[in-house]
Amino acid sequence: MRRARRPDRDPARTPAGLAGAAPGPGFEITFDGRPVRALPGQSIAAALWAASVLSWRTTRVNGRPRGAFCGIGSCFECLATVNGRPNLRACLQPARPGDAVTTQEGNGHAALLP
Amino acid sequence: MPPSSPDPAEVAVVGAGPAGLAAAVTAADAGLDVLLLDAADAPGGQYYRAPAPGLGAARPEALHHGWGTFTALTARLARHRDTGRLRHLTGHQVWAVTRTGEGHTLHALTGPDGRDGVTLRARRLVLATGAVERQLPFPGWTLPGVVGAAGAQAMLKSGLVLPGRRVVVAGSGPLLQAVALSLARAGARVPALVEAAGYGAYARAPQVLAANPDRLAEGVRHRAGLARYGVRMLAHRAVTAVHGTERVEGVTVSRLDPAWRPVPGTGRRIDCDALAVGHGLVPQLDLALGLGCATRTDADGSAVLERDEDLRTTASGVWAAGETGGIGGVRIALAEGELAALSVIADARGGRPPARAAGLRRRRRRMRGFAALMGTVHRPGPGWTEWLAPDTEVCRCEEVTAGAIRTAVDEMGAGDSRTAKLLTRAGMGWCQGRTCGFAIRALAGPPGPDATPGRRPLACPVPLTTLARTARSEDA
Repeated sequence: MRRARRPDRDPARTPAGLAGAAPGPGFEITFDGRPVRALPGQSIAAALWAASVLSWRTTRVNGRPRGAFCGIGSCFECLATVNGRPNLRACLQPARPGDAVTTQEGNGHAALLP
Repeated sequence: MPPSSPDPAEVAVVGAGPAGLAAAVTAADAGLDVLLLDAADAPGGQYYRAPAPGLGAARPEALHHGWGTFTALTARLARHRDTGRLRHLTGHQVWAVTRTGEGHTLHALTGPDGRDGVTLRARRLVLATGAVERQLPFPGWTLPGVVGAAGAQAMLKSGLVLPGRRVVVAGSGPLLQAVALSLARAGARVPALVEAAGYGAYARAPQVLAANPDRLAEGVRHRAGLARYGVRMLAHRAVTAVHGTERVEGVTVSRLDPAWRPVPGTGRRIDCDALAVGHGLVPQLDLALGLGCATRTDADGSAVLERDEDLRTTASGVWAAGETGGIGGVRIALAEGELAALSVIADARGGRPPARAAGLRRRRRRMRGFAALMGTVHRPGPGWTEWLAPDTEVCRCEEVTAGAIRTAVDEMGAGDSRTAKLLTRAGMGWCQGRTCGFAIRALAGPPGPDATPGRRPLACPVPLTTLARTARSEDA
């Protein structure tokens, strides 16, 4: 059998390498207080994926972790709280310098309840 | 609400993917005054989804097929935009279209956070709203790291990111091969592509294959690429369990019988840190159904728009191009966009579509033949519901399990998906059943013969203030 290429051992083989990307200067956002690097034009979901963060909310009923699923704004699984505003679709929301993303719990409005 | 333009456009095209782009530039070529509306900030739809400009991608074509076709279309788009013949309204999410007098009123959300509303008018309408991925639930599919196959592709194309380093690709349909190849090229290790159907079935329609040599060649190219990256092709199998507590650590792949029932004792574990999964696509018909367009059932079992050979829907002044008329891929979408525009032009200017239309109709019929074969081969087998455990969530938004839906059907008498939904809340959450609708129908049974499939008066969530303003402006 022909030896298969091992892409995981090729440091040049990354999405950015493949697309010949020379991004503008990156910037910092935070996820639950810890710094995450984002590139200009990336959505919040993309920046979190790049940092190996796959979940940023817990569900209303069972408190289970969820993150991006459909990637195109259709499934609403990637809801995040950004700068205190809940229920934003992280896959559609462009990351902006200084954005504070926090894990969204339940319906995202718990802080409003007595 | 201020009207954006006092005069209705001659044609509005909704959706700037391959079909919508082809329709818009063809109509503008003929001198029609065109409105092109799209939710995204850049043209291309999901297929030609480009890296964000800030990412400075020098080789976006490396993430795509047929990038030259796309850049030719966008160059034409830019020329028409510059002459003012075509208005490309980006960031416009159309949430409803209503019929008014001689034409249509389009309601769209705009603004940085989609909270502003605008209304626009057009005499004719081309719907090119594309499709979303079809998902079949399975135990563990809600665990972080399980992502849509097309979703992973979309995130890669636009954000240059991967969901993991070692990604199993699973589901059904040729799209999976393209996804697996994209992920591997971008550096992911793809240990297996798990296909629930089998490609042998295509060989039973040699005349369809012979009529579509480009698709055959594409299949051969994909297989060669997958072999080069060491992606194992596993046919007649499905992921029947996901391992991990906080995120994916591995999956169990089981053999399926011809009805897609898992064969007991055949499960094999594959380690991975992400699973990209999808079972083909389903058309996005919200706007069309709101206008009363009739549907039919396509070869893959999904509802698609009924159209004549010039792509008119059954609603007056409404054409539909691309995936809304059945899942077929980019070449059909491009041909149909052009053909729909030729029919629109003939309607606007009087007369008949030009001779070019006859050629497009022929190509379209040939390609639709392949699409029907594809739909038949990859149509989910009835046995797939047997891989669900009672606690498998079917509706992800409302966290409704397969067990709850079966209880609604078996013990509470829900005989169709609508009743099951009312009894369990399955499909009543944020996504309004876009993700789980197919699965709920499979578990609860189809709606009655007169029911309209999945009709949603609003095609996306609309702020109440916007709705209230819309109602006032229509009263005025």
